[in-house]
Amino acid sequence: MKTTAILATVLIGSAAALNAQAIPRGVSIAAQAPTRAAAAPVLIKNATVMTVTKGTMANTDVLLRDGKIAQIGKNLSAPAGATTIDATGKYLMPGIIDPHSHSMADGGINEGSRSVTSMVRVRDILNNTAPIIYRELAGGTTTINVLHGSANTIGGQNAIVKLKWGRPIDEMLFPGAMPGIKFALGENVTQKNNTPQPGTPRRYPESRMGQEEVIRDAFTRALDYKADWDDYNAKVAKGDKTAIAPRRDLELEPFVEILEGKRLVHAHSYRADEMLMLLELSDEFHFHVQTLQHGLEGYKIASDIAKRGTGLSTFADEWGYKIEAYDAIPYNVAILMRHGVVATVNSDDDGRARRLNIEAAKMVRFGGLTEDEALKTITYNGAIQLGIEKKVGSIETGKDADVVIWTGNPLSVYSRVETTFIDGEIFFDRQKDIAMRDALAKERTDLEKEDAAMNPAPAGRGGRGGATPGGSRK
Amino acid sequence: MTTIRKGAPCAPAMAMLRNLRTGARGAPLCLAIAALLSAPTLLAAQLGSYNPRPGAQGTFAIRGGHIFSANGPDIANGTVIISGGKITAVGANVAVPNGATVIDASGLSVYPGMMETSTSLGLAEITEGANATVDNSEVGRLNSNMHAFWAFDPHSAEIGVTRFVGITHVVTAPTGGLISGQAALMNLAGDTPPQMAVVPSVAMVISLPGGGGGGRGGGAGGPAATGAAANAPLDSIKNILRDASAYGNSWTAYNKDKTLPRPHHDLALEALLPVINGTMPVMFPADNMAGIRGAVTFAEEMKIKPIIVGGRDAYRMADYLKQHNVPVILTGVLSLPGGADDPYDINYSAPGKLAAAGVKFAIASGSPNPDIRNLPFVAGMAGAFGLSKEDALKSVTLWPAQIFGVGDKLGSIEVGKIANIVVTDGDLLEARTNTKYLFIDGRAVPLDNKHTDLYKAFKDRP
Repeated sequence: MKTTAILATVLIGSAAALNAQAIPRGVSIAAQAPTRAAAAPVLIKNATVMTVTKGTMANTDVLLRDGKIAQIGKNLSAPAGATTIDATGKYLMPGIIDPHSHSMADGGINEGSRSVTSMVRVRDILNNTAPIIYRELAGGTTTINVLHGSANTIGGQNAIVKLKWGRPIDEMLFPGAMPGIKFALGENVTQKNNTPQPGTPRRYPESRMGQEEVIRDAFTRALDYKADWDDYNAKVAKGDKTAIAPRRDLELEPFVEILEGKRLVHAHSYRADEMLMLLELSDEFHFHVQTLQHGLEGYKIASDIAKRGTGLSTFADEWGYKIEAYDAIPYNVAILMRHGVVATVNSDDDGRARRLNIEAAKMVRFGGLTEDEALKTITYNGAIQLGIEKKVGSIETGKDADVVIWTGNPLSVYSRVETTFIDGEIFFDRQKDIAMRDALAKERTDLEKEDAAMNPAPAGRGGRGGATPGGSRK
Repeated sequence: MTTIRKGAPCAPAMAMLRNLRTGARGAPLCLAIAALLSAPTLLAAQLGSYNPRPGAQGTFAIRGGHIFSANGPDIANGTVIISGGKITAVGANVAVPNGATVIDASGLSVYPGMMETSTSLGLAEITEGANATVDNSEVGRLNSNMHAFWAFDPHSAEIGVTRFVGITHVVTAPTGGLISGQAALMNLAGDTPPQMAVVPSVAMVISLPGGGGGGRGGGAGGPAATGAAANAPLDSIKNILRDASAYGNSWTAYNKDKTLPRPHHDLALEALLPVINGTMPVMFPADNMAGIRGAVTFAEEMKIKPIIVGGRDAYRMADYLKQHNVPVILTGVLSLPGGADDPYDINYSAPGKLAAAGVKFAIASGSPNPDIRNLPFVAGMAGAFGLSKEDALKSVTLWPAQIFGVGDKLGSIEVGKIANIVVTDGDLLEARTNTKYLFIDGRAVPLDNKHTDLYKAFKDRP
């Protein structure tokens, strides 16, 4: 039934969009999500509140109401029906934002068969039952940017997700987030690190020369396509009933959106020269590169990145795993931030997405970021990069109540998450988690007994398989 | 400095090193290698050296710091004296010798250097796309006579980057096949492998079929190992160990009675003599319960000394490991849980459970070579999930040293130990902490490395 409803809206959306220049393919499913009753108010008492944007305040209360941060201050009183949490000795910070994730992506994240696959969407392969959602919540992560992989120069469209464990995808997609797309440069695209199977045809491009040309060609074609639609729309506006609409092109539509500032470019890149190539192209074609992803050599051209208002999202300190990563340094973020670039630390890895606080803490050591600056690299700056900074990324009244309570300073290795809220609702609570473990173990034992009765003596069952897929795609 | 493992038998590599040290003339092969060692320029890196040379083994007094010995009570305001490469005095009221270089550590913390035990640092530089820099495995399945020591690049950029956080020595090991070869315990400062080796051959690496992964990255495991190991019968390992035993017996007999036929030398069997004599421990990659139990059973049957590497499920069989007195190197503390219904913190909390059960263990970074500087944070995070801070420190200092049989030489700030010491402005295991001074083998080590060099070069580029 849901499928039918969505299909209907897609068709209506498409029909309605025919007069528009950039044709949205499907409407925001999140906008159609059923409205859920807002969670009961929660008053968090006496925490050390790390607002990230407005300093850290000791012994402070935070009121979450109607899914928002309603009040921040001393000695707040609990409204009727509110739950009160005593956070004495604990720390409160905004939910962590991971600007580069592949979590929840069911199956492959690379439609790398062609050089330009701008038409494919990560949203279509999101798995809302992936255990990693819960595990990331347990590390304080609340919003992730699920990106296409880096196999081809122009990859697919990303999805920005709030980790509302247990909810349908419709409720997890970040409402109103600006759509984006993945570009990729460098070794993953040229496939120089792979040994192809004998007989496998080589895929263009296999050099950084070809990468430039693929992007130039795509934008050139998109400009033609846009001109065709502009001509058509102008005729229609003049009342020309004989005008024939151009054929829709799902590959080029996202480029038109990029040119019109309606879609954000997130470009996987490593070497300084290839980043500069893309930035020069963006000047020429008048589009904006929202973020350089990884951007390990960004520090070599920090001012060139800064002057375009481009952000950069990187590993805290990974390096040396391939040639283009050999000049990576953990001071990248510090140099970029000192030059005015909005920089973030990301995971690109299911495992690491559970401890981005430690990755941020490294930034204090490498380059001397302040604690606020370090926290920004996993919260507020990520919100800016994804265009959602008005809603999340800091502890400010009116923002979404995406809040994490830690046992101590989140930049300490000895701290752990107690409670994680999204939109004012608890999606992870360590005490509840621990309390549930015995029941879960019993359920498992019962199921195994049942299984044994139905399928006696499975031979040679060793270990526990079923490892969670994931791992870094870099 | 180069020390020889006490009681080590006359394996060729050992003989070579001994010859080098004593100046004795050995077999022609030994001569050739000794000649190589005396020409360290031949071992120069292909990728350029980023690691500044350490200073001389002088006399140093680290004064006024908070000393965390890792094997005894803290000293809130104490002094450590280093001389001739060793720690010569530790205490609250220690006299500074004449001529000592004094390091003011007031307000700072003094720790033993950390030890990473699951890496191939120095053996493989850029693993993807630069195969010519990768020397951590050899052709064939039974390579007991391969020595990590002989492939260790003292100029690897990863060395300078690693020691920057206070990791002062590593067990670097070969991989692949059934018997991968011999791991080396190396200090992370020096110009040549002989200068850097604490124990050139510290352990043998043997991967039993069905170990269920293990090693770096703490693989997800599964019912059986893959590739060559899965197809190879366990018997081939048993057979070569038995052959080694027979080989040793034939030499012993011949040495007693020269009228017997003189046995021919066999480097692979000779390399296994310290293993079957129980003087050289064996690192067994094993993660799941069957793999761990299999390694312990195998070791007991063959009378060899096991170290489990990986140990994902070790916490589930802690009593068994304790009862069999088998130590574990945990490589997967930060790994994702293996099962979909496992608690989210199942791996974070494993060290705490092992400590509570009294199992001897060390924490390894579980990271690829360039990233083993994560080691302190991995141990620290275990500290947030049930391991005490004191034990978290021991799990990367004293305990790994004890597991590899060098607890008398390394792992704590105690008189007589090798002076591998790190002075910090905070908790050693915290990611925010800065290293202020570093001593390895009693030498002051500059903190500059490839990353600080590039930082300085580009930080002010307009």
